[in-house]
Amino acid sequence: MIVRGSETVLVHGITGTQATFWSDKMKEYGTKVVGGLNPKKAGTEHLGLPVWASARDAVSDHGAAIDCSCVIVPPAAVKQSVMDALDAGIKKVVILTEHIPVHDTMYFLSAAHEAGASVIGPNTAGIVTPGECFVGFMPAFNDRVFKPGSVGIISRSGSLGTLVCLNMVQAGYGISAFIGIGGDPVIGTTTKDALGCLDEDPKTQAIALVGEIGGGMEEEAAEYAKGMNKPIVSFIAGAASPSGKKMGHAGAIVMGDKGSYAGKKAALEAAGVTVLATPSGLPDVLKEHLTA
Amino acid sequence: MNFEEHAAKPLLRSVGITVPESGLARSAEEAAAIAKRIGPCVVKAQVPTGKRGKAGGIALAASPEDASVEAERILGMEIAGLPVRSVLVEAQVPIAKELYAAVLNDSDTKGPLLLFSAEGGMDIEDIAANHPDALVRLPIDIREGLSRATLDDAVPEVDGVDRAALLDVLAGLYEAYAANDAELMEINPLIANADGGLVALDCKFTLDDSAVRRHEKLAKSGTPDKLTELEQRGQDIGFKYIELDGNVGVLSNGAGLTMTTMDAISHYGGEPANFLEIGGNAFTLGKQALEVVLANPRVKSLLINFCGAIARTDVMTGGVLEAWDDVNPQVPVFWAISGTGEADARKMLKDKLGIDPYPTMDDAVKAAVEAVR
Repeated sequence: MIVRGSETVLVHGITGTQATFWSDKMKEYGTKVVGGLNPKKAGTEHLGLPVWASARDAVSDHGAAIDCSCVIVPPAAVKQSVMDALDAGIKKVVILTEHIPVHDTMYFLSAAHEAGASVIGPNTAGIVTPGECFVGFMPAFNDRVFKPGSVGIISRSGSLGTLVCLNMVQAGYGISAFIGIGGDPVIGTTTKDALGCLDEDPKTQAIALVGEIGGGMEEEAAEYAKGMNKPIVSFIAGAASPSGKKMGHAGAIVMGDKGSYAGKKAALEAAGVTVLATPSGLPDVLKEHLTA
Repeated sequence: MNFEEHAAKPLLRSVGITVPESGLARSAEEAAAIAKRIGPCVVKAQVPTGKRGKAGGIALAASPEDASVEAERILGMEIAGLPVRSVLVEAQVPIAKELYAAVLNDSDTKGPLLLFSAEGGMDIEDIAANHPDALVRLPIDIREGLSRATLDDAVPEVDGVDRAALLDVLAGLYEAYAANDAELMEINPLIANADGGLVALDCKFTLDDSAVRRHEKLAKSGTPDKLTELEQRGQDIGFKYIELDGNVGVLSNGAGLTMTTMDAISHYGGEPANFLEIGGNAFTLGKQALEVVLANPRVKSLLINFCGAIARTDVMTGGVLEAWDDVNPQVPVFWAISGTGEADARKMLKDKLGIDPYPTMDDAVKAAVEAVR
């Protein structure tokens, strides 16, 4: 789930307005974008890169396996787009699109599982490896927000993840990897998956886990955290949100006790994780852990 | 999107699941007329929430006169804040046994999950707590669907229930779930009569909001969320606005950041007046967002907190400033800006209003809370 500078990236839907802006930023930052997909514009160039009809065409024309797909197509087209990536043997699929029908998500997650591919998202702002590359909608190029370093960050939200990275960098820490896992109720890479990945990453010495109310992913990650040695600090968004309402993210809803702030905080604290009331204090707590 | 019982049950009937004969009534007279046709009946409040029975929204009626009296009473009720506008008048069915069945989107297994229990008639939370051993949990691969053999293996024999009929109902329930992009398709209770035959006495159906576009006709019979005037205005414009009880207005981007902004207001002793986020594709709506957030008369100070990832802070700030003179804010406004486009956004703010944003979100929040003390 960490993307490396050596990995090649294919952008599905590269000719769209958002995709154009962010593909250009990715390229400029050092991400190896090899081209993009749009069946209606196959054979043309966009941003100086080839446009193909399918991922299979892309791999065959590129002449080598492609490491990562970045999916920025309309919601109704995502299922087909992910199946296309899997069909071409792509093993890492980052899905930025929001509002995908959940039955479609369950369909391509099942197919990805069978193909041995990992899916990040849907509805993620992407993944960043500062100093190397990024895939998604993140301001990796803003050096107030991202600098290389040793703190790994997990976040469901792009905007909040950005704020936490900013806080870390302003406090003098660098970021080893940012993993945006996405705000949908059913996603490929869970909080626990991302935590395991940062646990194994030699560059990551400490972790900031940024969660949200809704679902049970933070509780599951807390179980995993019990067996970890790297320090973890956490902020869970949504303590002040009313129960029973979807707070912007389709997954951010408390139903009864399930998904509540109190339950997540208690589970993480039981695993030795410090949970703060606002994200601004995370670097200070990290400092205590790292010098202790 | 939630569906009331009368709108959900036809989905079961269309896959061959038996439901009692019924009719929908909007007045006591209509209820009496239906009762006359179908005989002894149950009068049931139609609101998309559970606990209708406990609230007194479900009553037996032996005659058309009874049905009229009960309908009159129930049609005046409010259940969980929702006014009852119609009642389902349904034939009484003899009950030998109550069961539970549902299929839902499960985030843990990342696929459909079938739940079945031979102990029904109570909420699933109570079934899970009181009869955990009786609860069958069957994860399904949505690409393969649910085969008869899988069902046969997973579902135990139930005394007094015709097995073939039970497997038919469960297979049909999955079919209805899959065909209608359900988040949840639940039958509770599923009742067995003295002959072992099965009837769905209730049905709860939630349509995935992200799938409404491919079920436009079906969605017309769903019950839209009850919105305030301002919430409706936000929805029409294309952003998420939720009205709350406090007096510190919030204009932010991204679900996570907006929730965090509310948390920080609460943490520093204030109360948020709303949730409003213009992240995702809504980041060009800064102008409309300023208008909506300040249209709430309870707002006594306004916090504008932008942290740009996909949502560019220069575009959002530009939108807000464009509306500035028209809206002419009469409450103090506190800004925090960082992330994508922040240099341009800061400059716009300086040029237009002659101010700098607060150095951090926390500084801006503290000032906004202080202003309403």
